[in-house]
Amino acid sequence: MSAVSDAVRIAPPGNPISQSVRDSLVVAKRNLIRMSRIPEMVIFGLVQPIMFVVLFTYVFGGSMKIGGSTSSIDYKNFLMAGIFAQTVTFATASAGAGIADDMHKGLIDRFRSLPMARGAVLTGRTLADLVQTALTLLVLAVVALLVGWRVGSDGDTNIGKVLGAFGLLLLLGYAFTWIGALIGLTVRTPEAATSGGLIWLFPVTFISNAFVDTSNMTPWLRHVADWNPFSATVQACRELFANPGISASDAWPMQHPVWASLIYSVLIVAIFRTLAVRKYRSATA
Amino acid sequence: MPGAIYAEGLVKTFGDVRALDGVDLDVPEGTVLGLLGPNGAGKTTTVRCLTTLLRPDSGRAEVAGLDVLKHPNEVRRSIGLSGQFAAVDEYLTGRENLQMVGQLYQMTAQAAKARAGELLEQFNLADAADRTAKTYSGGMRRRLDLAAALVVSPPVMFMDEPTTGLDPRNRQMLWEVIKQLVSGGTTLLLTTQYLEEADHLAHDIAVVDHGRVIARGTSDQLKARTGGERVEVVVHEREHMSDAAEILAGFGKGETTVEEHMRKLTVPVTGGAKLLAEIIRELDVRGIEIDDIGLRRPTLDDVFLSLTGHVAEVNDENGKEAAE
Repeated sequence: MSAVSDAVRIAPPGNPISQSVRDSLVVAKRNLIRMSRIPEMVIFGLVQPIMFVVLFTYVFGGSMKIGGSTSSIDYKNFLMAGIFAQTVTFATASAGAGIADDMHKGLIDRFRSLPMARGAVLTGRTLADLVQTALTLLVLAVVALLVGWRVGSDGDTNIGKVLGAFGLLLLLGYAFTWIGALIGLTVRTPEAATSGGLIWLFPVTFISNAFVDTSNMTPWLRHVADWNPFSATVQACRELFANPGISASDAWPMQHPVWASLIYSVLIVAIFRTLAVRKYRSATA
Repeated sequence: MPGAIYAEGLVKTFGDVRALDGVDLDVPEGTVLGLLGPNGAGKTTTVRCLTTLLRPDSGRAEVAGLDVLKHPNEVRRSIGLSGQFAAVDEYLTGRENLQMVGQLYQMTAQAAKARAGELLEQFNLADAADRTAKTYSGGMRRRLDLAAALVVSPPVMFMDEPTTGLDPRNRQMLWEVIKQLVSGGTTLLLTTQYLEEADHLAHDIAVVDHGRVIARGTSDQLKARTGGERVEVVVHEREHMSDAAEILAGFGKGETTVEEHMRKLTVPVTGGAKLLAEIIRELDVRGIEIDDIGLRRPTLDDVFLSLTGHVAEVNDENGKEAAE
C-alpha cells in the first residue's frame, strides 16, 4: 500500500463561505443521486397531493361555499393554492426521515469527522428536498390544470405574478424542511422522523384558509388561522394567481400576504437553521 | 514530547453513567495502540472524544500535535475514522462514496476522482466500483468504509471495532490491510473486543474497564504480569496420572492442577522449551504415554480475567457498547 505514504495534499482552508457552498452542493448532489435511485419515494410523494386534488375537487367541490358561490369551478380555483402549499410542507417529513436515516447509519458521524463546513450536511439535504419539491409542484400544477384550475379566474394576473407565487411556495417548503432537519436530528429512527414530521402539519394546514373560508370559523380559531404562517402563503398565492376566496380579514398577514409569507418563511429558516446546526454539532447517533 | 495521540484525564458522563473516568493515553507516532475492553468499557466514547465527535467534560487531548478541543477542524484534516458501523451511503456506488468523501476533505473534484480509483484498486473493489453499496457484502462494505477513512492518507487513524461482525476470512483480509497501512507509518488507535485481534495488530495494548485504562503494555508484558508460562500434559491412560503428577511436581514451580476427566495436568514452570524437553524425556523413561504436551503462555483472556476479575464479555451479535 505504497500510496498511503504519498500523502494526498488537502487544500488549505479557503474562504469559509465558498467552502460552505461547495460542501452543501456536494451533499445536495449525493442526496439527489439517492433520490433518483429510490424512485418509489418520489412517486409516493406525488400520489398523495394528486389524490388530494382529485378528492377535494370532486368530493367537496359541489358543497363548498366560497365567497357566496357554491360553484365547483370556483372551489377548484380556490382549492389549488391550498393544496400546493400543503404539498410543499410535506417535504418536512422527507428531510427529517433522510437525516434521521443518516444518523442511524453512522453517516452523520462520518460527516462530522470530516473537515467540512458545519451546516453543509443539513443545507445539502434541504436543497435536495427543494429540488424534489419543485418537481412535485410542477407535476401537481399540470394535474391541477387538467382538472380545470385556471389562473386569472377572478381578476388579472401575469406570468411574473404566477412565478412569484411558485417562488413563495418553494420558499415555504424550504423553510419547513429546516423544521424537518431539526426533527430528524432529535428523534432516533427514520420512521419516527416521518410521523413526527407529518402529524403536526395536519393542524397547521387545516387551521388555515387552505381548504375553507375562515370567515365561517369561530372567532378565536379564525384568529389563529389568520395569523398562521401557512395561511399567509396561501393568501399570497390566491392573490398572485388571481383566484377566488381571498380572505377579507383585517389581520396584517391577510392584508399583506406576500410580505407576510416572505417574512414568515425567512424567519422560520433563520430560527430552525440555527437550532438544527447547533443540534448537528453535538449530534450523537 | 507527546505522541501522535495523547489524552490526559478524559472524563465524560452521560446522565448517571460515567462513561470515561479519567482516560490517559499516549500513542507514539507510527505505532498501533489496541484499546481492549468489554462492551460499555468506554472504548467508543474515547474514540469519539479524540475524533472531535464528542466533547469531554474535562481532560485534554491532542491528535497529530493539535489540541482536539481548541482546533477541532484542523484535527479533522489529519484524521481518518472508521466507526463501528460501515458508514457508507448504500444508494451510492463505491466510487461515488469515495469521491464524495474526498471532496468533503476539500480535495478538488478531479483529485477526489483519481484518489477514489486508486483506493478501489487497492481495496480490491474495482470490479464492484460502479455498483451501489447496497449490493456489497459485509466485508466489502467494511473495506469501502476503511477506504473512505483513508482518502487523504491521514497521519492518524481511528478504527472502532473494525472487524466486529465479520466472518473469519474477511477479518483476516482486513487485518492484512491494516498491517500494510501501519507499515506505511500511520499512527493507529484501534478498539477491539477480540483479544486475539489486539494481540495480532497492536504494538501496545491499553486495557479499558469502567472508563479507565487499567493496564498498559505490550502483549508480552501484559501476559508476564499475569504470571509465567506453564506446562500442560494430557496423558493417554488414566492410571498414569499420579505418576505424571509426581514427575511434574519435580520440575514445577508451584502446585500442579489436575483435571481428572480430561486427563490433563498443568504446572507453572520457568525455563521454557528446555524444561519441556526434559519433562518429555522423563515421561518417556517412565513409560507414560501422552496424547498432548505443550508450553502454554497466558492468553489475553487470562490477562483480562486477572486484571478485571471478570472475563471479557464478547458479544458477537451486536458490538455496540451498551452504555452509549
